[in-house]
Amino acid sequence: MKIGDLTELAIRNLREALLRNSLTTLGITVGVASLVAMLSLGAGLQHLADQRLSQSGLFNAVIVSPRNGFGDFGGATTRNQSPVVTPRQLDDVARDQIGKLPHVTEVYPNIRFPTEIYFNGSPYPTTVAGIPMSDSSDGAFDGMTGKFFSSGSADEAILQSEFARQLIAGASPNTPPNAHAGSTSPELTAELNSLLGKEITVRYAERQPLVQPAGTPLSNDAEGDAPGGFSLVPHQLNLRIVGIVETEPASGLAGPGQGRLLIPERVAEKLSAAQGSDLRALLSGGGSQTTYQSLTVRVANASEVERAESAIKDMGFSAFSLLDATRNLRVVFAVFDLLLGIFGSLALIVASLGIINTLVMAILERRREIGVLKALGAADRDIKGLFFAEAGVMGVLGGICGVVFGWLIGRALNLGTNIYLARLSLPSATISVVPLWLVISAIIFAVIVSLAAGIYPASRAAKLNPIEALRYE
Amino acid sequence: MQGNGQPAIRADRLTRLYKMGETTVRALEDISLEIGTGEFVALLGTSGSGKSTLLNLIAGLDRPTSGAIYAHGKNLAEMDSEELARHRSQSIGMVFQAFNLLPRMTMAENVELPLRLAEVDRNERAQRVRDAIERVGLSARTNHRPTELSGGEQQRAALARALVNRPAILLADEPTGNLDSATGKEIMDLLREINLSLRMTIVMVTHQRELAERYSERLLLMRDGKLEADGVRQ
Ligand SMILES: Nc1ncnc2c1ncn2[C@@H]1O[C@H](COP(=O)(O)OP(=O)(O)OP(=O)(O)O)[C@@H](O)[C@H]1O
Ligand SMILES: [Mg+2]
Repeated sequence: MKIGDLTELAIRNLREALLRNSLTTLGITVGVASLVAMLSLGAGLQHLADQRLSQSGLFNAVIVSPRNGFGDFGGATTRNQSPVVTPRQLDDVARDQIGKLPHVTEVYPNIRFPTEIYFNGSPYPTTVAGIPMSDSSDGAFDGMTGKFFSSGSADEAILQSEFARQLIAGASPNTPPNAHAGSTSPELTAELNSLLGKEITVRYAERQPLVQPAGTPLSNDAEGDAPGGFSLVPHQLNLRIVGIVETEPASGLAGPGQGRLLIPERVAEKLSAAQGSDLRALLSGGGSQTTYQSLTVRVANASEVERAESAIKDMGFSAFSLLDATRNLRVVFAVFDLLLGIFGSLALIVASLGIINTLVMAILERRREIGVLKALGAADRDIKGLFFAEAGVMGVLGGICGVVFGWLIGRALNLGTNIYLARLSLPSATISVVPLWLVISAIIFAVIVSLAAGIYPASRAAKLNPIEALRYE
Repeated sequence: MQGNGQPAIRADRLTRLYKMGETTVRALEDISLEIGTGEFVALLGTSGSGKSTLLNLIAGLDRPTSGAIYAHGKNLAEMDSEELARHRSQSIGMVFQAFNLLPRMTMAENVELPLRLAEVDRNERAQRVRDAIERVGLSARTNHRPTELSGGEQQRAALARALVNRPAILLADEPTGNLDSATGKEIMDLLREINLSLRMTIVMVTHQRELAERYSERLLLMRDGKLEADGVRQ
């Protein structure tokens, strides 16, 4: 029989014993609803955790350092080390190569160096960190005061809030520094806002070849320079404060210490002339070639991190990602989901017993009908198909209703949680999420379970001897 | 309709035994016979003589214990269950004493069933159903349920259902057994009309000898699983 006819006959048959089949379908509905509610909790909590973590911009990043350099994160590299690959220098050639790996969206050096800035004429020691433009779209700077950099080469700065408070404190010495640390009273917020648009001055030294006359500031493009020797030429750069942020996002991964003065990554690259790696290169006679202490590689999404990481290791570098560090966390979530799934499935398993029961009863009632169908030319496979179709229809209906109910339960859980959180004056949170994959897989699962429950009744119906069935009165 | 020179039905030392513990019931024993295309054969015999058993073997609902049964040259004993189902669907129409219409379907839906099972195109079905119902003269009752029909009407509907897929062989097991004699004659008239106009081979089991003698051209008499007499009517 064709599938359309099978379904039509199956639905007719189901309507005949409406109460019984509705109850069986209700059983599936309850089973699927409990499964969906459970897994929506798992998905919701994981989503919540992922959201917090991915805002930090850590999960699609791989930190690359030379294998023999300081930046070698021993623990992370021993596992996947390919001993045949010889260590090599992390230079522009390597940077280009890494940039061409699949799914890599961005490669930038982790620039972080101590310097001194001038604000209202007074000096403040601080740490400069280069920030890639992609950080703004990652949501890493969501919730900042002011704005993100207008462009990758803008002479603009974002201050870390504690440093901003120092600048304010320095300007009005009666306020002790850190007095407001951790809290954001309205007057402080106003003061912080007043910093926006003001200028600070960075003093830095630039490396320049001795043979060339000074006069090309802001250039560390040293390629093609004659290997003769260098002088350090002092420079200064004015930066406009555009924003203030609580802490530097993703700090701690790229290197030691928090960046307190955040500037566009390309500007920082230009300023980095006096960085340690350059000095080392200078001292070791490595020529004019720029080498990097470490690079941050961004990939399109977190699932590509592992592949990018091993590709980079194969190139002879040391690579590290937070994925390594959070692997345990993921295992915890996976186990949690599994447990939720098992408990959620129990009700569905019980419901499948209901299907078996209902269909076996249907065989007894429809003995004669099955005999007639066989006499009229039905193959065993048609009879099987008919019973499978009945099980499948109950599965689909139960699955759809179950997803709706499960979603409603999830909504109720969210509502309850948020009322509770609001009472504790905590920010609201979504703990139950029903993603599309859950909707689709719950329905598919319901159908599969129902069909599996239909196997025994279907084959029993197909085996029915038509002669006996027809003789039966 | 399949002619191809072969007899419509040929049995060759056909035997069907039922083992009941120690004893063996010989429902059919060593039956050999030939029924040509377009014949109208009546099968007579006492109760338990094996008439229904023979009919079920021709239909392919049952398998012989030994021997062979051919329909248009093909040995049903060698077919698998899938092929037997196709044989029933394509070559056999069946009518029973108890009508066996499905009570939850209308008359027309009952008639349509063999077409569904044979996977006939939906567009073609309606016309074929209408033709079959018209042939048995039930056009006015198309959408009635079986319980709303008289016994004679139910048997006509069953006949329409048996004809709708244009089988070569019609098997009728006591089609008039549940009907009064006037209604029974109507059914017999219909069977004869079908036999003559469609040249359909008909094998009919009956207890009523005078009906058999009046309508069929050949009588087969069975006793204790054996063929006792095979006579052509003059
Ligand atoms: N499944 C079975 N198990 C055991 N014996 C059977 C079975 N089916 C039929 N028989 C026996 O086979 C013999 C022939 O039965 P069959 O139904 O063919 O008789 P019949 O001629 O159709 O009788 P009736 O006129 O009463 O319908 C009978 O003795 C019957 O008891
Ligand atoms: Mg009988």
